[in-house]
Amino acid sequence: MIPELGHFALWLAAAAALLQSVAPTIGLWRDEEALSGLAVPAAVAQGLFTALAFAALTWAFVVSDFSVALVAANSHTMKPDMYLVTGVWANHEGSLLLWVLVMALAGAGVAVAPATLGPRFRARVLSVQGIVSLGFFAFLLFASNPFDRLIPAPTEGQGLNPLLQDLGLAVHPPLLYIGYVGLSVAFAFAVAGMLENVVGPAWAKATRPWVAGAWAMLTLGIALGSYWAYYELGWGGWWFWDPVENAALMPWLAATALLHSIAVVMKRDALRAWTLLLAVAAFSLSMMGTFIVRSGLLTSVHAFAVDPARGLFLMILMALYIGGALTIYAFAAGRVAEGRQFAAVSRESALVANNLLLTVILGVVLVGTMYPMALQAAGGAQISVGPPYFNMTIVPIVLVMAFLMGVAPLLGWRRSATGHLAARLLPAAVAAALAVVVALTLFGVRGIGALLGFGAAAWLAVASISILAKRGLTLNSAGMALAHLGVAVSILGATASGALQREALVAMRVGDAIQMGPWRAELMDVRPIAGPNWTAVEARLDVRRGGDSVAILRPQSRMFVAPAQETTESGRAGWWTGELYSVLGQPDGTGQWQVHLWFKPMVRLIWWGALLMAFGGLLALGGRVRALKPRRGVEMSGSPIPQAA
Amino acid sequence: MKALVMALLLLLPAPGLAADPVYIADVPLEDPVAEARAKALMAELRCLTCQNQAILDSNAPQAQTMRVEVRERISAGEDPEEVRAWFVERYGDWVSFVPPARTDTALLWAAPFLFLLLGGVLLARRIRR
Amino acid sequence: MKRLFWLLPLLGFAALLALMAGNLGKPTEAVIVSHMIGKPVPDFAFEGTAGAQGLSRVDLAAGGPPVLVNVFASWCLPCAVEAPQLQALADNGAIVHGIAVRDTAANVAGFLGKHGNPFTRIGMDVQGRMMLALGASGVPETYVIDGKGIIRFQHLGEIRADHVPILLAELEKAK
Repeated sequence: MIPELGHFALWLAAAAALLQSVAPTIGLWRDEEALSGLAVPAAVAQGLFTALAFAALTWAFVVSDFSVALVAANSHTMKPDMYLVTGVWANHEGSLLLWVLVMALAGAGVAVAPATLGPRFRARVLSVQGIVSLGFFAFLLFASNPFDRLIPAPTEGQGLNPLLQDLGLAVHPPLLYIGYVGLSVAFAFAVAGMLENVVGPAWAKATRPWVAGAWAMLTLGIALGSYWAYYELGWGGWWFWDPVENAALMPWLAATALLHSIAVVMKRDALRAWTLLLAVAAFSLSMMGTFIVRSGLLTSVHAFAVDPARGLFLMILMALYIGGALTIYAFAAGRVAEGRQFAAVSRESALVANNLLLTVILGVVLVGTMYPMALQAAGGAQISVGPPYFNMTIVPIVLVMAFLMGVAPLLGWRRSATGHLAARLLPAAVAAALAVVVALTLFGVRGIGALLGFGAAAWLAVASISILAKRGLTLNSAGMALAHLGVAVSILGATASGALQREALVAMRVGDAIQMGPWRAELMDVRPIAGPNWTAVEARLDVRRGGDSVAILRPQSRMFVAPAQETTESGRAGWWTGELYSVLGQPDGTGQWQVHLWFKPMVRLIWWGALLMAFGGLLALGGRVRALKPRRGVEMSGSPIPQAA
Repeated sequence: MKALVMALLLLLPAPGLAADPVYIADVPLEDPVAEARAKALMAELRCLTCQNQAILDSNAPQAQTMRVEVRERISAGEDPEEVRAWFVERYGDWVSFVPPARTDTALLWAAPFLFLLLGGVLLARRIRR
Repeated sequence: MKRLFWLLPLLGFAALLALMAGNLGKPTEAVIVSHMIGKPVPDFAFEGTAGAQGLSRVDLAAGGPPVLVNVFASWCLPCAVEAPQLQALADNGAIVHGIAVRDTAANVAGFLGKHGNPFTRIGMDVQGRMMLALGASGVPETYVIDGKGIIRFQHLGEIRADHVPILLAELEKAK
């Protein structure tokens, strides 16, 4: 019964989306406020009904209702409780429902947030959002119904892919989706802005919090995905330039550029057409990412279940929405125009340079991902474009960006004086030089790329902190400083874990020990153990440093019961200086086990940096939200940080 | 990720048949310099039976065989580029994650510079003189 | 001209969409064919097993009739599936040699006892490196090799009933 209710709620939500898209479109055209005003309750209703549908599906998973085909195909009664819930979005239909839920909630959020640009603009934004949701509801209801029944119901489900039975799954997809779909608000604001011809500082001010929030969530989502792949796939890598990773990275790059260019519109009313294009592109790339993951277009290590028919549906949606938005853009952008020009040395130009570099990275990722397919479609050779290509092309750009990121916040708007720069940047320059010298002498780093990486991290870290010295401590400046510091921290982690990594690969018997740098790892025993729905062979490695036991690593090779699959679980132990990472390989039949051991210095900084970035984005969002509230009269009591200069 | 697991399953020994492929250990080369060269190359060779993985990261039996081949050739004094060429000769450009530098990949390699140039031109027009 | 400029994003997207639409539904697993076709068999010499003589490059380049070389293993399920077809090929006069990959003599003997032995010669490639030398991307694979030891044809995956005439025709062509 409850699945039917959920299905019905989904239809009601779709109807609300229809109302939300049609009523304001007609209302605005005929100038009937009563009609266009319907968009607000419709958006709230869409949010409520979608939430109901999602709750119904969650219920079906929690009580293991195998008469629902989706539950039968993806769940199992032996699955630990937490994965019963997270299993809801560990499949195509459920994750799409989550996508639609986030979209509907974002729409409801727009509906209830103060309409700073007037009710007319809000009605237009909601109608655009309604149209976008409508397509995804159609996709759910006609091509991916999560509530389909399976009669007769099997007594047991087929289980969830073991790789997905992990805490990572609980948080990675929702965060990623909040980010992806949050960008749909920026998309709707951009399209509505073009249609209503209101693109300017006020528009930018209203759009920016949505971009900042979505960006922060996307940053967290990607970082978590990377961390999850790092410890779950058991290769010790954290970024593989895999098509699916690239598909998630591209909207992030566009959103990052957008976050910066929208500041230029807000402060200087320049770069309007470019910002609009980025706002359209960011969500378009999100849609494309979902499409790539689900259509099986590209070979990936993280592929979803593949279905070309669904791919076709998503492709039609993309053609309609992205094609439609870009057509409007072609007509409106000329009218909107770029706005004011600016001087060569100014905050604007530095932000534009940052945008340019981010866009180049985006372009390179897009070309690199699509090139093999394009070449083959043109009858050419079968080639692979892999990590070496991306590292070779993108790492230098990132280094240049890190340099610019240190300078830009110290420049003034319009036309900047340069006299103060040398003094302001001196600490950063000293730190960078120091970092290179330390890396060279103390750590014996020789690679030019690694040295530049250490230098860039130190430069950017110190320069980011000095933002606060120049601008005082406000939510906005603290947000920016933290986000930039986060980039520095991530660069440090990526550089150090690559350049200073130690590795040992040996076949050992119980009782054998290996020496890897200062660590001595002894294989204490290898024994079978049992988990809730798996059994495993677990090795115990006692790691000693200077005679003291510093860690016991427990890498496993797991056999899951339902479905029957094997996974390797890395055994890890970490400190702030780095992490020991071990993988248990195969036995050779004579009592020897293949053991792979790494020390990855500062590897966790990669994700801590991303956390700082996201936190910075949220702080800036807080600053924006506060600015939206009435300023005059009473100062907001909830603001802990005094507004300086 | 499902696909990965499927791919691994296909390579697992079939039930009801004889046990496993004969075990081949991953034995690092004695010479750390040669081993480092071998591993750098392994990170750039694509596993034939996996979904977009380097042979360095793969548990697939054939990736293991390929690692043995790489190590033997490197320790026999071959240059990593010669070893790469040996694989490309057998499997085509696909086997190397480094795209070849040829006329049909000119656009790929030029892409960063073309984007920079295009952006630079557009940017120059926005700057007030 | 100005208008055209603002159309560029739309055109770019249309091109991308066309590319993706064209590839939708195509298999994503790349089929990696051997680039050794038309080239001589690399040098090798393997011990025999299960009563059969071993196999080497010399045997293949001795100027006899074209032969089939089947790369197989006892641990490979499709190899068991294709066994009747290999027998059919042998019954139709084809000379079939086997290369057993990463296998043991006992397991090969058991496999042949269970699924039949169509092979004239069998080479034991314990390390499996012949697969790489041939440009094979999996087990099983079957090669047509002419009397001069030139690789003329590669069949990927298991041989099914409708592949038998194709392989016989390829053998004929290689004469």
